[in-house]
Amino acid sequence: MVLIQEQSRAGRRSSAQAPLQEVEATSIPEQFRRKSRPALPEVSEMQVVRHYTRLSQKNFSIDTHFYPLGSCTMKYNPRGCNSLAMLPGFLGRHPEAPENHSQGFLACMHDLQETLKEVTGMRAVCLSPAAGSQGEFAGVAMIRAYHDARGDTARSEILVPDAAHGTNPASAVMCGYKVREIPTGLDGDMDVEALKQALGPQTAGIMLTNPSTLGVFDRRIGEIAKLVHEAGGLLYYDGANLNAILGKVRPGDMGFDVIHINLHKTFSTPHGGGGPGAGPVGVSARLEPYLPVPMVEKDGTNYRWLTERDRPETIGRLSAFAGNAGILLRAFVYARMIGREGMARVAEYSTLNANYMLKRLQKAGFEAAYPERRATHEFIITLRREARTLGVNTMDYAKRLLDYGFHAPTTYFPLLVPECLLIEPTESEDKETLDAFLEALITIEEEAESDPDLVKGAPHSLPVKRLDDVRAARELDLAWRPGADQEAD
Amino acid sequence: MPFIPHTEEEVRQMLEAIGASSIEELFDEIPDELRFNGLKDVPDAMSEMEVAQLMQARAQADGQPLCFIGAGAYDHHIPAAVWEIAGRGEFYTAYTPYQAEASQGTLQLLYEYQSMMTALTAMDVSNASLYDGASALAEAILMAVRANRKSKSKRVLVPRSLHPAYRRVAYNIVRNQDIELVELPFDMTGGHTDPAVLEQYAGEDITALVIPQPNFFGVLEEVDALTDWARANKVMSIAVVNPLALALLQPPGEWGSEGVDICCGEGQPLGAPLSSGGPYFGFLCCRQAHVRQMPGRIVGRTLDLDGKPGFTLTLQAREQHIRRSKATSNICTNQGLMVTAATIHMALLGGEGLERVAAGCNTNIGLLRDMLTGIEGVEPIFERPVFHEQVVRLPLAVKDVLHTLSAHNIQGGFDLSDDYPELGDALLICATEKRTRDEMQVYQEKLERLVQMQSKSCGAVPAG
Repeated sequence: MVLIQEQSRAGRRSSAQAPLQEVEATSIPEQFRRKSRPALPEVSEMQVVRHYTRLSQKNFSIDTHFYPLGSCTMKYNPRGCNSLAMLPGFLGRHPEAPENHSQGFLACMHDLQETLKEVTGMRAVCLSPAAGSQGEFAGVAMIRAYHDARGDTARSEILVPDAAHGTNPASAVMCGYKVREIPTGLDGDMDVEALKQALGPQTAGIMLTNPSTLGVFDRRIGEIAKLVHEAGGLLYYDGANLNAILGKVRPGDMGFDVIHINLHKTFSTPHGGGGPGAGPVGVSARLEPYLPVPMVEKDGTNYRWLTERDRPETIGRLSAFAGNAGILLRAFVYARMIGREGMARVAEYSTLNANYMLKRLQKAGFEAAYPERRATHEFIITLRREARTLGVNTMDYAKRLLDYGFHAPTTYFPLLVPECLLIEPTESEDKETLDAFLEALITIEEEAESDPDLVKGAPHSLPVKRLDDVRAARELDLAWRPGADQEAD
Repeated sequence: MPFIPHTEEEVRQMLEAIGASSIEELFDEIPDELRFNGLKDVPDAMSEMEVAQLMQARAQADGQPLCFIGAGAYDHHIPAAVWEIAGRGEFYTAYTPYQAEASQGTLQLLYEYQSMMTALTAMDVSNASLYDGASALAEAILMAVRANRKSKSKRVLVPRSLHPAYRRVAYNIVRNQDIELVELPFDMTGGHTDPAVLEQYAGEDITALVIPQPNFFGVLEEVDALTDWARANKVMSIAVVNPLALALLQPPGEWGSEGVDICCGEGQPLGAPLSSGGPYFGFLCCRQAHVRQMPGRIVGRTLDLDGKPGFTLTLQAREQHIRRSKATSNICTNQGLMVTAATIHMALLGGEGLERVAAGCNTNIGLLRDMLTGIEGVEPIFERPVFHEQVVRLPLAVKDVLHTLSAHNIQGGFDLSDDYPELGDALLICATEKRTRDEMQVYQEKLERLVQMQSKSCGAVPAG
């Protein structure tokens, strides 16, 4: 589709959108001014509305398509959460507003903090990290602050399972740690013998997701926690998969010292085409002093921010204000709408959906990565047989699914399972949708046998065919420039 | 069951297909001693109507005060179409465009956004967003340390005139990588960073220099001299700018003789509501030569199998999901929806519209400054030109003044006395294009009365 920049015509404007009066910024001397206007689009309001409406229609989204993207928890985002977070009083509140103009907002934040403490079993929660990765950073920075405060400065290593999200090792490195990988055993649980070998006086901590990204619950978590603690390390819980266990098991009870929660997953805030998320962190008692700021405190009937001044040992703030406040409001509304009983139902029905899909796919002949295990809220199938015998690989299946009107599951992650699809249906999908998806996969399996090129050439029905990623990276074209179209002609 | 569609019959069928007798059985791999039941501190469910009543009451409790606070978050008009379109489910409920063919809407929009940001900043390339302005600066510093291979010191010069929260955030994020942030003082008369303070660092190994424009005081810095000093001393230059101001101000890509290396900042003025500080978005632009050191998502235009143009995430080998511990950043989820809004916002306003907004802000701060400094004892502190904020000194303790004003539904500005005690009773005020002369009049009258009352009751102006 033509770029908005290419629709630009000199002299055209959406004139109602800007101040009517043209005023001279007389106080800004010439030397500070730009010499020419930036090449932004000159278009009418209707052009803008039509262009971006049409662009939106080229997206798959939860609102339009089943989106079983493993490890991303693409569940329904209730509209009520959005409209209530966008009440004028919330949208118009300045982050530096005084406390007497903040009690309503702070009450929501405080209530959310309390709910998250309870569902995670942690001692204290700070809401401000902007997304999971920033939560991870905060968590590892707290682990480091804890060791440093004890003068235990020789701990230089963070352990990370080989199935972990890429953010885990990246976050550990940002906090100045070296990363050591721990292999996974054949049954999908961590290789505890390898863990024992890796643990030592250099161990600062371990970052774990449980259920892991392999779609199974690590049954030896109690033993793992004990071993890590005995070695003087701390345990970090990556809350990416909290949806699977909400109200059933709490990270605090599993022995974790610090966690983050992806509210854009478990608490149904929107994914927004890649964010904004929210990654609150929770901690056990020994890490409480180091929590990031700001936090919210209830002081009698008054709510107030806790800042660096109130919390001298904090690792500090990680964004200029209080993180993605509007997202936190959406999560709060969601928590109130599903309530206590709804929390456990999230885990129950997401797990039911995943196990149902896994069993049906196994019956249809697909290979499960861990056939002996229960699925959690997600599971993995591997298409290595198809790739080997039919020459049709996982990416081909994924692209063909798009033709059938389904967003593809996560592909080629975790890295240790070859040709894998990580499928996460979430609790908000009904059985008919799951059945239709399963039928599509089964059909594609037939197509791969009878007409492999059909699958390898997919997608066929989308706005574009398969894109040349190699060209994209080699011949970088990252921005439109004025005059570039003419040059190309 | 809220947001769960299953009927009893379906649950029965599904369990039968699984071969399980109950949903509970599906959790049988979790050791019993870890199982938990209760959640006593989580409240019962509410209907949408009930939670709406609760939220409306709470939103109303915070009122809609008259806002003269800036300090990194600005109260601008957002055209109605921005969130009407950005809030469409197809944008709101998609995720990172991993499946490019099913995400051309988001991807093309991001490419258009990158194009708009490079136009605004006069830089070569832009990423697809970071969390916010402060964390974008931290990422820019980490990027400069990677990109400036000749420098070994990891010393970065950071002006005291930069937003205090940005300085804190940058420190908190980079401190564990042996990076040293060295503070540059500001000129007490001008409120800017005098380029002469850099002389003492000439010939030393300095990795990067941070240059805010405008700075936290609203004051315009000598960006050309600062940028040229950096270039001459093999120091990476990092601009921290307000993107709206760039509609009027010289873009960082044109500062000094060759422009800056990296440019970052807070995108909030481009279509994000104040919303208690977030979600906003950080932006990051740089020279082509540094693109492989950039953090975050980047969208590129390429061709499909039929030779038709299309868009895809590119240079992913920089990123955590590929590179893991060697990635340029840990960022994964960014602020996509805010960028969606910003793109629509910029398209609606265009260069001229943004310029009108910026000029309106600049005119209004002049007006507000004149009105407030017309009050006896209230005076402007810095004499250099500003964008849309101004520091004024009050004859009273700023905290008390703001407290009293807020009881009258006026948010009078940002108190500088904690972060800049050397300035005395200093208040940072802001007037965007939204503030009317009548609103400023209300502020002026209230402040004047306060000052007069105080000087009468005390017989003298208190020292604060």
